[in-house]
Amino acid sequence: MSMKTSSRQVDGVTIVDCSGRITLGEGSVILRDTVKDLLSKGNKKIVLNLGDVNYIDSSGIGELVSAFTTVKNQGGELKLLNLTKKVHDLLQITKLYTVFDVKDDEAAAVKSFGK
Amino acid sequence: MTAHRVSYTLDSTLETVNSAEEAASQIATEAGFDDEEVMKIAMAVREAAVNAVLHGNAYDPAKKVIVDFERTARELVITIRDQGKGLDLSKIPDPLAPENLLKTSGRGIFLIRSFMDQVEIHPSQAGTEIKLIKHVHGSAAGGKEASQ
Repeated sequence: MSMKTSSRQVDGVTIVDCSGRITLGEGSVILRDTVKDLLSKGNKKIVLNLGDVNYIDSSGIGELVSAFTTVKNQGGELKLLNLTKKVHDLLQITKLYTVFDVKDDEAAAVKSFGK
Repeated sequence: MTAHRVSYTLDSTLETVNSAEEAASQIATEAGFDDEEVMKIAMAVREAAVNAVLHGNAYDPAKKVIVDFERTARELVITIRDQGKGLDLSKIPDPLAPENLLKTSGRGIFLIRSFMDQVEIHPSQAGTEIKLIKHVHGSAAGGKEASQ
Protein backbone atom coordinates (compact mmCIF):
# COMPACT_ATOMS: atom_id res chain seq x y z
CA MET A 1 0.00 0.00 0.00
CA SER A 2 1.44 3.35 -0.99
CA MET A 3 1.13 6.48 1.08
CA LYS A 4 -1.83 8.85 1.17
CA THR A 5 -2.19 12.19 2.91
CA SER A 6 -5.12 14.49 3.57
CA SER A 7 -4.96 17.82 5.36
CA ARG A 8 -7.45 19.63 7.59
CA GLN A 9 -7.35 22.78 9.72
CA VAL A 10 -7.99 22.79 13.46
CA ASP A 11 -7.69 26.13 15.29
CA GLY A 12 -5.03 27.43 12.93
CA VAL A 13 -3.06 24.21 12.95
CA THR A 14 -2.80 21.95 9.90
CA ILE A 15 -3.31 18.28 10.68
CA VAL A 16 -1.96 16.01 7.97
CA ASP A 17 -3.49 12.55 8.22
CA CYS A 18 -1.03 10.11 6.71
CA SER A 19 -1.66 6.47 5.89
CA GLY A 20 0.29 3.65 4.31
CA ARG A 21 4.05 3.39 3.97
CA ILE A 22 6.63 6.16 4.05
CA THR A 23 9.43 4.55 2.08
CA LEU A 24 11.96 5.33 -0.60
CA GLY A 25 10.20 6.52 -3.73
CA GLU A 26 6.56 7.46 -3.83
CA GLY A 27 5.83 7.60 -0.09
CA SER A 28 8.72 9.93 0.66
CA VAL A 29 7.91 12.16 -2.32
CA ILE A 30 4.26 12.52 -1.29
CA LEU A 31 5.25 13.59 2.22
CA ARG A 32 7.83 16.06 0.87
CA ASP A 33 5.37 17.58 -1.60
CA THR A 34 2.64 17.83 1.02
CA VAL A 35 4.84 19.75 3.46
CA LYS A 36 6.23 21.94 0.69
CA ASP A 37 2.72 22.78 -0.47
CA LEU A 38 1.57 23.68 3.06
CA LEU A 39 4.54 25.96 3.61
CA SER A 40 3.99 27.70 0.27
CA LYS A 41 0.47 28.53 1.44
CA GLY A 42 1.75 29.95 4.71
CA ASN A 43 0.73 27.00 6.89
CA LYS A 44 3.61 26.71 9.34
CA LYS A 45 1.95 24.93 12.27
CA ILE A 46 1.87 21.35 11.12
CA VAL A 47 0.98 18.08 12.82
CA LEU A 48 1.71 14.84 11.00
CA ASN A 49 -0.81 12.28 12.16
CA LEU A 50 1.02 8.98 11.62
CA GLY A 51 -1.62 6.79 13.25
CA ASP A 52 -2.24 4.87 10.04
CA VAL A 53 1.38 4.69 8.93
CA ASN A 54 2.22 1.05 9.33
CA TYR A 55 5.71 1.08 7.88
CA ILE A 56 8.60 3.46 7.46
CA ASP A 57 12.13 2.79 6.23
CA SER A 58 15.36 4.78 6.60
CA SER A 59 14.40 6.98 3.64
CA GLY A 60 11.07 7.70 5.30
CA ILE A 61 12.85 8.57 8.54
CA GLY A 62 15.08 10.90 6.53
CA GLU A 63 11.99 12.49 5.00
CA LEU A 64 10.51 13.12 8.45
CA VAL A 65 13.77 14.77 9.52
CA SER A 66 13.80 16.83 6.33
CA ALA A 67 10.20 17.96 6.91
CA PHE A 68 11.02 18.86 10.51
CA THR A 69 14.04 21.00 9.62
CA THR A 70 12.41 22.57 6.55
CA VAL A 71 9.42 23.76 8.59
CA LYS A 72 11.66 24.92 11.43
CA ASN A 73 13.91 26.86 9.05
CA GLN A 74 10.85 28.73 7.80
CA GLY A 75 9.88 29.75 11.32
CA GLY A 76 7.27 27.06 11.79
CA GLU A 77 6.82 23.94 13.88
CA LEU A 78 6.18 20.35 12.87
CA LYS A 79 4.97 17.80 15.41
CA LEU A 80 4.18 14.11 15.19
CA LEU A 81 0.95 12.54 16.39
CA ASN A 82 -0.22 8.98 17.12
CA LEU A 83 2.90 6.96 16.36
CA THR A 84 2.38 3.26 15.78
CA LYS A 85 4.61 0.95 17.79
CA LYS A 86 6.81 0.26 14.77
CA VAL A 87 7.41 3.93 14.05
CA HIS A 88 7.82 4.72 17.74
CA ASP A 89 10.47 1.99 18.09
CA LEU A 90 12.32 3.22 14.99
CA LEU A 91 12.46 6.77 16.31
CA GLN A 92 13.69 5.43 19.65
CA ILE A 93 16.58 3.41 18.25
CA THR A 94 17.63 6.23 15.92
CA LYS A 95 17.52 8.67 18.88
CA LEU A 96 15.05 10.86 17.02
CA TYR A 97 12.21 10.41 19.49
CA THR A 98 13.52 13.26 21.62
CA VAL A 99 14.25 15.45 18.58
CA PHE A 100 10.64 15.43 17.42
CA ASP A 101 7.80 16.78 19.52
CA VAL A 102 5.66 13.65 19.69
CA LYS A 103 2.04 13.76 20.86
CA ASP A 104 -0.59 11.08 21.36
CA ASP A 105 -3.62 13.35 21.66
CA GLU A 106 -4.75 15.59 18.82
CA ALA A 107 -6.33 18.28 20.99
CA ALA A 108 -3.18 18.50 23.11
CA ALA A 109 -1.06 18.64 19.96
CA VAL A 110 -3.09 21.56 18.60
CA LYS A 111 -3.00 23.37 21.95
CA SER A 112 0.77 22.96 22.24
CA PHE A 113 1.43 25.42 19.41
CA GLY A 114 2.10 28.97 20.49
CA LYS A 115 -0.57 31.48 19.48
CA MET B 1 15.92 -29.90 8.46
CA THR B 2 18.21 -29.61 5.47
CA ALA B 3 19.49 -26.32 4.08
CA HIS B 4 17.04 -24.55 1.82
CA ARG B 5 18.46 -22.07 -0.66
CA VAL B 6 16.81 -19.56 -2.98
CA SER B 7 18.59 -17.06 -5.20
CA TYR B 8 17.26 -14.05 -7.10
CA THR B 9 19.02 -11.94 -9.73
CA LEU B 10 17.31 -8.57 -9.89
CA ASP B 11 17.54 -5.33 -11.86
CA SER B 12 18.82 -2.12 -10.29
CA THR B 13 15.38 -0.63 -9.76
CA LEU B 14 13.10 0.37 -6.92
CA GLU B 15 10.93 -2.66 -7.75
CA THR B 16 13.89 -4.81 -6.75
CA VAL B 17 13.83 -3.28 -3.29
CA ASN B 18 10.18 -4.20 -2.86
CA SER B 19 10.71 -7.68 -4.33
CA ALA B 20 13.63 -8.41 -2.01
CA GLU B 21 11.64 -7.21 0.98
CA GLU B 22 8.62 -9.33 0.05
CA ALA B 23 10.76 -12.43 -0.52
CA ALA B 24 12.47 -11.90 2.85
CA SER B 25 9.14 -11.55 4.59
CA GLN B 26 7.81 -14.72 3.02
CA ILE B 27 10.92 -16.80 3.69
CA ALA B 28 11.27 -15.56 7.28
CA THR B 29 7.60 -16.38 7.90
CA GLU B 30 8.07 -19.86 6.46
CA ALA B 31 11.10 -20.30 8.68
CA GLY B 32 8.83 -19.75 11.68
CA PHE B 33 10.00 -16.34 12.92
CA ASP B 34 7.35 -14.33 14.74
CA ASP B 35 5.78 -11.21 13.21
CA GLU B 36 8.16 -8.77 14.83
CA GLU B 37 11.24 -10.72 13.76
CA VAL B 38 9.84 -11.08 10.24
CA MET B 39 9.38 -7.31 10.08
CA LYS B 40 12.96 -6.73 11.24
CA ILE B 41 14.43 -9.24 8.78
CA ALA B 42 12.38 -7.82 5.89
CA MET B 43 13.36 -4.27 6.77
CA ALA B 44 17.06 -5.17 7.01
CA VAL B 45 16.85 -6.79 3.58
CA ARG B 46 15.02 -3.74 2.22
CA GLU B 47 17.73 -1.41 3.53
CA ALA B 48 20.49 -3.60 2.09
CA ALA B 49 18.68 -3.73 -1.26
CA VAL B 50 18.30 0.06 -1.24
CA ASN B 51 22.03 0.39 -0.71
CA ALA B 52 22.75 -2.07 -3.52
CA VAL B 53 20.43 -0.37 -6.02
CA LEU B 54 21.15 3.26 -5.15
CA HIS B 55 24.68 3.45 -3.80
CA GLY B 56 26.16 0.27 -5.28
CA ASN B 57 24.77 -0.05 -8.77
CA ALA B 58 23.52 3.55 -8.94
CA TYR B 59 20.45 2.40 -10.94
CA ASP B 60 22.76 1.17 -13.74
CA PRO B 61 20.56 -1.09 -15.93
CA ALA B 62 23.61 -3.16 -16.87
CA LYS B 63 24.26 -4.09 -13.24
CA LYS B 64 22.36 -6.64 -11.20
CA VAL B 65 21.55 -7.20 -7.57
CA ILE B 66 21.86 -10.81 -6.39
CA VAL B 67 19.92 -11.84 -3.32
CA ASP B 68 20.47 -15.28 -1.75
CA PHE B 69 18.43 -16.76 1.06
CA GLU B 70 19.78 -19.82 2.87
CA ARG B 71 17.77 -21.37 5.64
CA THR B 72 19.05 -24.07 7.97
CA ALA B 73 17.77 -25.37 11.28
CA ARG B 74 19.99 -22.90 13.09
CA GLU B 75 19.85 -19.69 11.09
CA LEU B 76 18.59 -17.68 8.17
CA VAL B 77 21.42 -16.23 6.10
CA ILE B 78 20.67 -13.58 3.50
CA THR B 79 23.38 -12.36 1.15
CA ILE B 80 22.91 -9.29 -1.03
CA ARG B 81 25.50 -8.45 -3.67
CA ASP B 82 25.77 -5.51 -6.01
CA GLN B 83 28.15 -4.80 -8.89
CA GLY B 84 29.17 -1.30 -7.90
CA LYS B 85 32.46 0.25 -6.88
CA GLY B 86 32.42 -1.16 -3.37
CA LEU B 87 31.13 0.55 -0.28
CA ASP B 88 33.66 2.70 1.57
CA LEU B 89 32.98 1.71 5.17
CA SER B 90 35.08 4.59 6.49
CA LYS B 91 32.60 7.04 4.98
CA ILE B 92 29.61 5.73 6.86
CA PRO B 93 28.89 8.22 9.64
CA ASP B 94 27.53 7.31 13.06
CA PRO B 95 23.86 8.30 12.72
CA LEU B 96 23.53 8.56 16.51
CA ALA B 97 26.27 11.19 16.86
CA PRO B 98 24.67 14.52 17.86
CA GLU B 99 26.04 16.24 14.75
CA ASN B 100 24.41 13.60 12.52
CA LEU B 101 21.00 13.26 14.18
CA LEU B 102 19.32 15.68 11.79
CA LYS B 103 20.90 14.29 8.66
CA THR B 104 18.37 13.01 6.17
CA SER B 105 20.33 9.88 5.21
CA GLY B 106 22.92 7.47 6.57
CA ARG B 107 20.74 5.26 8.79
CA GLY B 108 20.44 2.17 6.57
CA ILE B 109 23.47 0.20 7.77
CA PHE B 110 22.72 1.18 11.36
CA LEU B 111 19.18 -0.22 11.09
CA ILE B 112 20.46 -3.40 9.44
CA ARG B 113 22.88 -3.95 12.32
CA SER B 114 20.11 -3.21 14.83
CA PHE B 115 17.71 -5.73 13.32
CA MET B 116 19.98 -8.69 12.56
CA ASP B 117 22.04 -10.91 14.88
CA GLN B 118 25.14 -10.75 12.73
CA VAL B 119 26.11 -8.54 9.78
CA GLU B 120 29.17 -8.91 7.57
CA ILE B 121 30.03 -6.32 4.92
CA HIS B 122 32.57 -7.20 2.28
CA PRO B 123 33.31 -4.37 -0.15
CA SER B 124 35.54 -5.00 -3.15
CA GLN B 125 36.22 -3.44 -6.54
CA ALA B 126 33.68 -5.86 -8.00
CA GLY B 127 30.93 -4.65 -5.69
CA THR B 128 29.72 -4.98 -2.14
CA GLU B 129 28.47 -8.15 -0.48
CA ILE B 130 26.49 -7.85 2.70
CA LYS B 131 25.59 -10.95 4.69
CA LEU B 132 22.72 -10.77 7.14
CA ILE B 133 22.29 -13.55 9.69
CA LYS B 134 19.36 -14.21 12.00
CA HIS B 135 19.63 -17.06 14.47
CA VAL B 136 16.67 -19.30 14.99
CA HIS B 137 15.33 -19.17 18.53
CA GLY B 138 12.45 -20.95 20.27
CA SER B 139 9.36 -21.15 18.10
CA ALA B 140 11.28 -20.55 14.89
CA ALA B 141 13.36 -23.72 15.35
CA GLY B 142 12.76 -26.00 12.42
CA GLY B 143 10.41 -23.65 10.63
CA LYS B 144 6.86 -24.29 9.53
CA GLU B 145 7.84 -26.94 7.02
CA ALA B 146 9.24 -29.09 9.79
CA SER B 147 5.92 -29.09 11.63
CA GLN B 148 3.86 -30.17 8.65
